Amino acid sequence: MLEKHTEVLEAVAIRFAGDSGDGMQLTGTQFTETTALAGNDLATFPDYPAEIRAPAGTIGGVSGFQLHLSSKDVFTPGDEPDVLVAMNPAALKVNLPDLKPGGILILNTEQFSDKNLERAGYKSNPLEDGSLAAYRVYPVDITGLTLKAIADVGLNQRAAVRCKNFFALGLAYWMFNRPLEHSIAWIEQTMAKKDALAAQANLKALKAGHAYGETAEIFTHSYVIPEAKIAPGKYKNITGNEGVALGLLAAMQLSGLDMFLGTYPITPATDILHHLSKYKHLGVKTFQAEDEIAGICSAIGAAYAGGLAVTTTSGPGLALKSEAMNLALMLELPLVIVNVQRGGPSTGLPTKTEQSDLMQALYGRNGESPIPVIAARSPGDCFDAAIEAVRIAIRSMTPVLLLTDGYLANGSEPWRIPKLDELPRIPVHFHTEPNGFQPYGRDDRLARPWAIPGTPGLEHRIGGLEKANLTGAVSYDGGNHELMCKLRAEKIRRIADIIPPTEVHGALDGDVLVVGWGGTYGAIRAGVDKLLGDGHRVAHVHLRHLNPLPADLGAVLHRFKKVLVPELNLGQLSHLLRDRYLIDAVSYNKVQGKPFKESEIARAVLAELERL
Amino acid sequence: MTASVYPTVPATDPSLLSKKDFQTEVDPRWCPGCGDYSILAQVQRILPELGIPKEQIVFISGIGCSSRFPYYMNTYGMHSIHGRAPAIASGVKTLRPGLSVWVVTGDGDALAIGGNHFIHALRRNMDLKILMFNNRIYGLTKGQYSPTSEQGKKTKSSPAGAPDYPFNPISVALSAEATFVARAADIDAKGLPAVLERAARHKGSAYIEIYQNCPIFNDGAHDYLTDRKTKAEHELRLEHGKPLRFGANGEKGIALDTRMQPVVVDVATYGEDRLLVHDEQNDSLAYFLSRLVHPAFPTPVGVFRCVERPSYEQLVEDQLTAARERKVASVQDALEAGETWTVA
Repeated sequence: MLEKHTEVLEAVAIRFAGDSGDGMQLTGTQFTETTALAGNDLATFPDYPAEIRAPAGTIGGVSGFQLHLSSKDVFTPGDEPDVLVAMNPAALKVNLPDLKPGGILILNTEQFSDKNLERAGYKSNPLEDGSLAAYRVYPVDITGLTLKAIADVGLNQRAAVRCKNFFALGLAYWMFNRPLEHSIAWIEQTMAKKDALAAQANLKALKAGHAYGETAEIFTHSYVIPEAKIAPGKYKNITGNEGVALGLLAAMQLSGLDMFLGTYPITPATDILHHLSKYKHLGVKTFQAEDEIAGICSAIGAAYAGGLAVTTTSGPGLALKSEAMNLALMLELPLVIVNVQRGGPSTGLPTKTEQSDLMQALYGRNGESPIPVIAARSPGDCFDAAIEAVRIAIRSMTPVLLLTDGYLANGSEPWRIPKLDELPRIPVHFHTEPNGFQPYGRDDRLARPWAIPGTPGLEHRIGGLEKANLTGAVSYDGGNHELMCKLRAEKIRRIADIIPPTEVHGALDGDVLVVGWGGTYGAIRAGVDKLLGDGHRVAHVHLRHLNPLPADLGAVLHRFKKVLVPELNLGQLSHLLRDRYLIDAVSYNKVQGKPFKESEIARAVLAELERL
Repeated sequence: MTASVYPTVPATDPSLLSKKDFQTEVDPRWCPGCGDYSILAQVQRILPELGIPKEQIVFISGIGCSSRFPYYMNTYGMHSIHGRAPAIASGVKTLRPGLSVWVVTGDGDALAIGGNHFIHALRRNMDLKILMFNNRIYGLTKGQYSPTSEQGKKTKSSPAGAPDYPFNPISVALSAEATFVARAADIDAKGLPAVLERAARHKGSAYIEIYQNCPIFNDGAHDYLTDRKTKAEHELRLEHGKPLRFGANGEKGIALDTRMQPVVVDVATYGEDRLLVHDEQNDSLAYFLSRLVHPAFPTPVGVFRCVERPSYEQLVEDQLTAARERKVASVQDALEAGETWTVA
């Protein structure tokens, strides 16, 4: 019997990579769920091409899934993977530059044919030319071993080859001492419903992969990542898109409103529609409109009729919705617009992440058109951000823009499931009193009454033409127009009254303050924590509210010698901060369709520290 | 669950309503002689007869002269943005199927900028009453050719004549699978209220093309059909189950020739029993009738097509009901669904 060693690691980052038809996203998801159940903290990053099936074996068709699991708090999917499972030469070519020196490389040797090597752009075989000497390479004939393991099931060759991802998963389970139970149950319960034969084969492949790790001589080490210390509670793993959907569902319950989602499919936002369309038993109405404009317009109609109205989209769709957003602003109706940002401009990089719609969200409409903008910071935080968006929309009778991004939308993390009866309710008041009813009268928040069709005696007309103050009648009067522009602006400004004081993580004053927003939270927090650990006087502020900004933000910014603003754009928040607070904010930018690495943030902050 | 946040005020009694109840204090601001005035009067005339409480009626419009309509109707109303009224109305109707939702639009609003929403609302059979005022011109922007202007029309934007070939709005609606399609002229005091009332009672999308005169930019575009002197020669009144006859004394008829082409025939010599008979449920006939175009043929008015098909919002309600019967679960259950684990 071969001797196998078990090593304890604090954390590990694993990346599965293969052709877009190789099932890497499924493999990654299975590993993630098993890891979550094992009690580790984790973060994931699926990275896939825009094409559903790019030509097999090419660089363009490589799909990857990275997972960071730890016995400590995890903020990001990990800068550089410790382990890379590459199912073909193209996957190796694309992902090898990210692998840590000395990292583990598991390669599916069957795919390293001359033809595939050439397709991936290799002049010689990296398995033979010594170019992988800096890594711990495990060449495994994953395809061949899979076919052998499932030969008696009787699948055709094509279907049989497709089981190889479960062999790889089984092998990875062995290497990181993960139990097989979760995946076995998934195969038996979910996969078997669709295709019993394939389920039988995949089950065999999974077990064969695991057994191979146990017996093959090349594998001498396996690893254990102890459970993380996590706050007590009931958990599940959710993606950002799921977080948004569940947050809206919770807001529906907390407000007592009926929910309506009007939307048009667009990457990477479509999953929100997929999720919400499952909740018909809870009364959720989803409307797949004929286009982006109809998506938001139908939601405006639902808001007018008294619904919790939502539309979801990504950058190009937000551009199409601009005119209708302004209608909602003019009608002063509550509406949540979720923009899952992706690489732009134009069609841009549909499946890649970016934060470049901030200016569009703040300013991309005609006229003086202030709309509250908030952003989510992590997949789990999408839940809270969605509730916050609904809360603001209803209290101030306004459309609200919620920004997430492709990284948050598809990435996942363990999420502590809240008890709804412990969350504050979202108060809703429908106006019913005909005496003295003024469609554009206002309360102390400057919100107008919500008077919905069906209420006797409140029949009134609203529209996109300028409104006379109080009555809401059409008015072309110049003085009234200026008053209304100022009232609409002041209404949004007053939302700052409910924004909690800015949370400063790290030094309360000092050398460098890193200000971020949205999905860069994890990388910034981890980078800043590293520098704090090294004794630097640095801090991190992460903005939830981008319009209006927190009332105390200016004072916080002025407590630091330098303000550094890392963004996945060419400097949009930094522009805003310079404009608003007259500070010399330094921009740190990246627009490569990829999230920041922790190390990139740490290096950028260090560079600023050195310049002080 | 706590009590509903929605108002629980009882509905008003619709039997007490009269035309006056639907008039607003705002004076309409259409040009003198505009066909919109008579359409407004006819709509206000038929609404009290429908048995619908006033507070449950909603008028949604887009942009254009016709789209000022909601301001003059004492119901709930929204004057929205250009071309989008069917989409907004779809949201109202889907959320609140109990409301009576009307869309008022024009040839530019519905068929140019809003063409997409228009055809999709019809396809879904969303229970909306869509009144499309067709004056075959852009009025509010002061006289450019519209998607229904005749080819070669000289306007400010087409001094050499419009090169555009026009839509046939009835053919478009039929091709978009509309379940109720009708036509009437603005000043037809008999025909217009008749189709309005039938549209209101139709369950599903109801589309009425209303020939409307723009006295400023396209005066007399429909005179051949509305002028008392020429009307009888040019108007083909569609009546379900009746032969297609027109003329002052019904002396002319529509028949098919041997190549399946429409021909105008003299009823006395051709024989009434050989005329085409109108059937509102015959799709091919409806399309055939939509192709009878002035001046070669009389212009059909009345109901081209009226068929039953489940409406969109009803299908959505049915799905919700079925889902509730299949699965009893709370929002909290939804949050906790899937693979979970507990940390003590």
